Amino acid sequence: MNMEKKVLLQVKNLKKYFPVSKGLFTNRQVRFVKAVDNVSFDVYDGETLGLVGETGCGKTTVARTILQLYHPTSGQIIFDGVDLTSLPESDLRKMRRRMQMIFQDPYASLNPRMTVGSIISAPLDVHTDLNRSEKQEKVQDLLKLVGLNPDFVNRYPHEFSGGQRQRIGIARALALSPDLVLCDEPISSLDVSIQAQVVNLLEELQDRLGLTYIFVAHDLSMVRHISDRMVVMYLGKVMELADRNEIYLNPRHPYTKALMSAVPIPNPRKARDRQRIILQGDIPSPLNPPQGCNFNTRCPLAQDICFKEDPEYREIEPNHFVACHFA
Amino acid sequence: MKPLMEIKNLTTRFHTQDGTVNAVNGISYSLDQGEILGVVGESGCGKSVHALSIMRLIQIPPGEIAAGEVIFDDRDLLKLSDKDMRSVRGHEIAMVFQDPMSSLNPVYTVGFQISEALILHKNMNKRQAKERTIELLNLVGIPEARKRFDNFPHQFSGGMRQRAMIAMALSCEPKLLIADEPTTALDVTIQAQIINLVIKLQQELGMSVMWITHDLGIVAEMVHRINVMYAGSIIERGFVDDIYNHTLHPYTMGLLGSLPSIDEAPGTKLISIPGLPPDLVDLPSGCPFFARCTYREERCAKEQPVLENGLEEGHSVACWRWREIQKMGVS
Repeated sequence: MNMEKKVLLQVKNLKKYFPVSKGLFTNRQVRFVKAVDNVSFDVYDGETLGLVGETGCGKTTVARTILQLYHPTSGQIIFDGVDLTSLPESDLRKMRRRMQMIFQDPYASLNPRMTVGSIISAPLDVHTDLNRSEKQEKVQDLLKLVGLNPDFVNRYPHEFSGGQRQRIGIARALALSPDLVLCDEPISSLDVSIQAQVVNLLEELQDRLGLTYIFVAHDLSMVRHISDRMVVMYLGKVMELADRNEIYLNPRHPYTKALMSAVPIPNPRKARDRQRIILQGDIPSPLNPPQGCNFNTRCPLAQDICFKEDPEYREIEPNHFVACHFA
Repeated sequence: MKPLMEIKNLTTRFHTQDGTVNAVNGISYSLDQGEILGVVGESGCGKSVHALSIMRLIQIPPGEIAAGEVIFDDRDLLKLSDKDMRSVRGHEIAMVFQDPMSSLNPVYTVGFQISEALILHKNMNKRQAKERTIELLNLVGIPEARKRFDNFPHQFSGGMRQRAMIAMALSCEPKLLIADEPTTALDVTIQAQIINLVIKLQQELGMSVMWITHDLGIVAEMVHRINVMYAGSIIERGFVDDIYNHTLHPYTMGLLGSLPSIDEAPGTKLISIPGLPPDLVDLPSGCPFFARCTYREERCAKEQPVLENGLEEGHSVACWRWREIQKMGVS
C-alpha cells in the first residue's frame, strides 16, 4: 500500500450508545447498548475499505454515524479536513452530497410509488439547480452508467428484478458525483450470479469515477475480493485492521483467525485440507458485554488478563492494527 | 447397494392467476444410504419446491404434483394416503427449514415442541420424551439442556434455534434429513458450527442428508454428490470433486466463476453470468439456460437437452455442446 495516499475520511474514537429505557410511562434510561465503542480508522482516497463482522457488531451503525444519520455519542468524523460532528445542519447538507449510501435491501430502499426517473433525480432536486431537461439527460446518463436501458425512466421499481433495483440504487447514489460511497451489504439479498454482476459494476465505477468505498458486509469472501483493506469488528469494537491479503494470510487476532477459517472455499480439495477453527458459543448481547476483552467468552486463548483488562488497540506492524493482549 | 430414495420424473406446477408456474420439470435422481447430497441453485430454480414435493408439503391447490414417483423404501410416497404420509414425515424423513425464527412456534416451549414428535411417532410417555429431548439437546450442543427445556423460542439465539430445529428433526432418527438452506440466516462462525454439527451427526447416526443451498462454497467441503438445478431442471450432477474440477455445464462454470477464490490476485474480475433466470410461467422451449449462455447455438433454442453421462462415472450434464466446450479448454 502506498504510504503517501491522501486520507479522505478519519474516524476518531467514535462512540455511539443507544439508550435503553425501562417502564412504559416513565422512560427511565437505565442502560446503554454500546453499538460502537471507541472505533478509529482512516479511509484513503480511492480505496475500498471493507467493514466486516457478525450481526450486532456495529458495522452498520458505524456507516450510518459517518453519514451523520446518527449523531455520535462522542468522537470525531473528519471528512476531507472538516469535522462533521460539529457542523451546523446547513453546512452538513452541503457535505452530504459528497457522501452517499447504497442500501442493503433493494426492495425496501426504493419508493414503490415513484418512477425510476424521479427516484434517481431526487438528489438532484435537493442539491442542484439543474433545469428539467438537464436533469432528464443526467438521469439517462446515470442509467446507462449502471448498465440499465435509459428508456426505463418511467417505469416503477416493481417492474425490476433485485439486481436491477440495486443498480437503480447505485445510480441514485452516484447522481451527485460523490467522493465517498457507503455500501451497506449491497449484495447480500441478491443471488450468486447477480452478486458478481453488481460487484463487477461497483469495481468498474470505482475505476472510472475514482470513488472511495466503505463496503459493509458479512460475506467475507466477497469483501476480501473487493477491498484494499479490511476492518474486523466484534461487539462494537475494532478487533483488527490490515491490508486485505495481510488479514487473510496473517491474521493476528483470534477472532479474525476463526472468522477467516469459517469462510466457505468453493474447492473441495482445499476445503477438506484446511483447519477450521470452530468458535464455541454465541455472540454476547451488546447490552451486557463481557468485562475486559469483548471476545473473552468465545476466545480459545483467553487468559486471566483478558477478563480484567480491555486490550489496547495498537499498531503491531506497519498498517496492521490489533486489539488483543496476545497478538 | 439399493438407493434409499429414487426420484423419477418429478414434476411440480403451481396454477396461479398469471399462468402455470413450472417449478420442477421432470427431475430424476437417486440418493444412497448414508450419502450427503448437495442441491445447488439460485432462487426460483426449484430446489426447495422439489424437497417440499418429496415431503408432500406442497399446498394443493394452487400447487400440483403433476407427474413422477418418489420411491422411498420400496414405497411411492406420492401414492401414500395422507395418514401413511404423516407417519413418514418427521419420522423417516425430517426437514430443517431456512428460517429458525419462524419455524418454531413462539407460544410453546422448545422442549414441548421437540417431545411432541417423540410422543407422536415413538409412542413415548411424557417423561420418557422429556429425557430423550434433553439427550437430543445435549447432542446438538445446547449448554444446560435440562434448564433450556422449558425455555421459549425467543429465549434462544438464532444459532441455538437452528440447533433446536436440528434436534427436533433428529428426534425420531430419520433415514433422511432434508436441510433447506439451514445456515443462510446465520452468521459465518455460527454457520461453521452448524455445518460441523450436521457432518458429525451424519457420521454417528449414518443417515442420509440432502443439503439445499445457493452457496457452492458451503457444499464443497461437506457433500458427496451435487445436483445443480436451473429453472426446475437438474442441469449437472456428479461427485463433488468432478463438479468442481471438471465442470461441464456453462451455468455451473458461471456459478463457480462468480465466487471470489481465496488465492486470486488483486484486481481479478469475477466472471458474472449476464442476464436473469427465465420466467417459470413462460419457459423457453429449448435449453432453459439458452438466453444467458455464451456457447449457445441454434439447436439449443429448439430442443431441451437431457442429462447424459459425462466424462467420469456418475457425472452427468444436460447440455448439447459439453464435449465441444470441453475441447475449447475452458472451465
